[in-house]
Amino acid sequence: MTTVSTVITMADTTDAATGAAPKQPKVTRRRLLTGGALVAGGALSAAGITAGLSGAASSSRDREPSPTSFGEQVEPFYGPHQAGIATPAQAHASFVAFDLQPGVDRAALGRLMRLWTDDAARLTQGQPPLADTEPELAVLPARLTITFGFGRGLLQAAGLDDQWPDAVGSLPSFSVDRLQPRWSGGDLLIQICADDPVTVSHAQRMLIKDSRPFATVRWIQQGFLRSRGAHQEGQTQRNLLGQLDGTTNPKPGTPEFDAAVWVSEGPEWLRGGSTLVLRRIRLDLDDWDRLGRVEKEYVLGRRLDNGAPLTGVEEHDPPDFDAIDESGLYVIPEFSHIRRAHVPDPRLRMFRRFYNYDQALGADGQAEAGMIFAAYQADVQRQFVPVQRKLAEADLLNKWTIPIGSAVFAIPPGCEPGGWIGERLLA
Amino acid sequence: MGKQETRPARRTPRPCTTILAASAAAALLVIGGCSSSDSEASNQPTPTPSATGSFAIEDPWVKAVDEGMTAAFGTLVNRGDADVRVVSATCQDVPRVELHTMSMQGGTMVMKNQPEGFTVKAGETHVLEPGGDHLMLMDLTKPIRAGDTVSCTLTLSDNRTLDFTAVAKPFTGAEEHYDPSDHGDHGEHGDHDGGHH
Repeated sequence: MTTVSTVITMADTTDAATGAAPKQPKVTRRRLLTGGALVAGGALSAAGITAGLSGAASSSRDREPSPTSFGEQVEPFYGPHQAGIATPAQAHASFVAFDLQPGVDRAALGRLMRLWTDDAARLTQGQPPLADTEPELAVLPARLTITFGFGRGLLQAAGLDDQWPDAVGSLPSFSVDRLQPRWSGGDLLIQICADDPVTVSHAQRMLIKDSRPFATVRWIQQGFLRSRGAHQEGQTQRNLLGQLDGTTNPKPGTPEFDAAVWVSEGPEWLRGGSTLVLRRIRLDLDDWDRLGRVEKEYVLGRRLDNGAPLTGVEEHDPPDFDAIDESGLYVIPEFSHIRRAHVPDPRLRMFRRFYNYDQALGADGQAEAGMIFAAYQADVQRQFVPVQRKLAEADLLNKWTIPIGSAVFAIPPGCEPGGWIGERLLA
Repeated sequence: MGKQETRPARRTPRPCTTILAASAAAALLVIGGCSSSDSEASNQPTPTPSATGSFAIEDPWVKAVDEGMTAAFGTLVNRGDADVRVVSATCQDVPRVELHTMSMQGGTMVMKNQPEGFTVKAGETHVLEPGGDHLMLMDLTKPIRAGDTVSCTLTLSDNRTLDFTAVAKPFTGAEEHYDPSDHGDHGEHGDHDGGHH
């Protein structure tokens, strides 16, 4: 308390002494309120207050803007592949699925995709699209990517159902599925990702505005990862189970990634594109809580702290699925997640780009949280379906991971300036 | 409100064409060719005067409508060293196009025909935008659908012309509603009920 009164006296003195120029004492007083509150909490020493005061004095003079870090960073839009797949995952995502309006045909789809491509080309570069009523919201792209996907309904509307690739096909139903129509299906998909949620929101609004003569929004799924800058770039993200998720993903820029993700056979229009399986997976976090740490690691087959397989030390150590413990059981249990999900050939793996979601409590009072599981692969039937079958049959994790939404999209290749996404199908 | 004022020409480098420009619409057509991209790319603090002079419209677009009338917008850019006056406009399949200006009169925004046209000073830009100056496309004979393109021509006071293609965007903001009964009247003839025709 002595300290506080000393400071207040100082402030009064300063105030009186500089009465003719009230600007500086004003700032000092404001800082003092902060200092006082901290002292009350017992967190600040007298030396600290002194430091705070001198800091306040200097900050009142220089009002230089603080540097920004990533708001103006741009991801390229044009290229052989659409951005937003090999792009290091941004912190925020919105997946928007649309139903086409009746009567929207191939020509109308071409008009829509030209509008959307132009919107995306501008928005991702930090420029407002045409007719942007909030152009100020477009100037910080924060690595914005906008990725378009076509559902089978789009090809049917365009009279091109015979062009629907076998590599996409349709998903069989899995025994674990508890799918809800409100999170499933869709004729068209836009994946919007950026390191800033306001950027995502603005891009989403502009794209939806341009869709209105053609389509209606079927569902929107919004998700998040750790904030940009909260941890090392490139570090594996954690899902809301606390699990490091994506350790075995193919690495963008490698031949394994290219073989795993980009379509190289089938209908010409999709070559250089990809396929997306989007699953909304509700996590039963309250029930997961009932497990102890050892049990959780047993379910996963990996350590929770650093993601190392139970047979290893570091995250990227290869799992030893043959290792046996003293009692003769597998160290990585037979029905653990990583054993069931394991695909030895990286070119046959899916590339997972998940986001977390956490929403208001559901009607049952349970947390509505989970993950938006976005799996990209060259061939859904060859890469996604076999793994999902194995998991559905016997993955211990199924008890806590409930698929409540599912949709499949073909992701057309990218385009060059002057072209538009989907041109090879719809032109 | 009404942004009739001209602004200094954009100084940041900008692609000469956009996807819509190259595929169907011309976002930037310059009299005497697209030579302006060089001076733009140089990123100089002031527009570079050129002996030939150049005049362009950037990012032209038109509001998609089913029938009646609509408006076209864009940014007129004068990179030349002399003022340029746009005196009239025509658009393909549109019977009548007028140059309209918006101004505040007695607390309401009022739309007026502007027969003297839009003057773009040397080295400056003039924005045509919803709620501001625009090209009014009237007596449409067919819908202008979202994603369609509309070919238009501006005529300047020295009889030079500038062709461009505007892309149709869905747009519901800042509707200018035009009352045809006031046609030819330079007085008030607009309202802002925000409704579609």
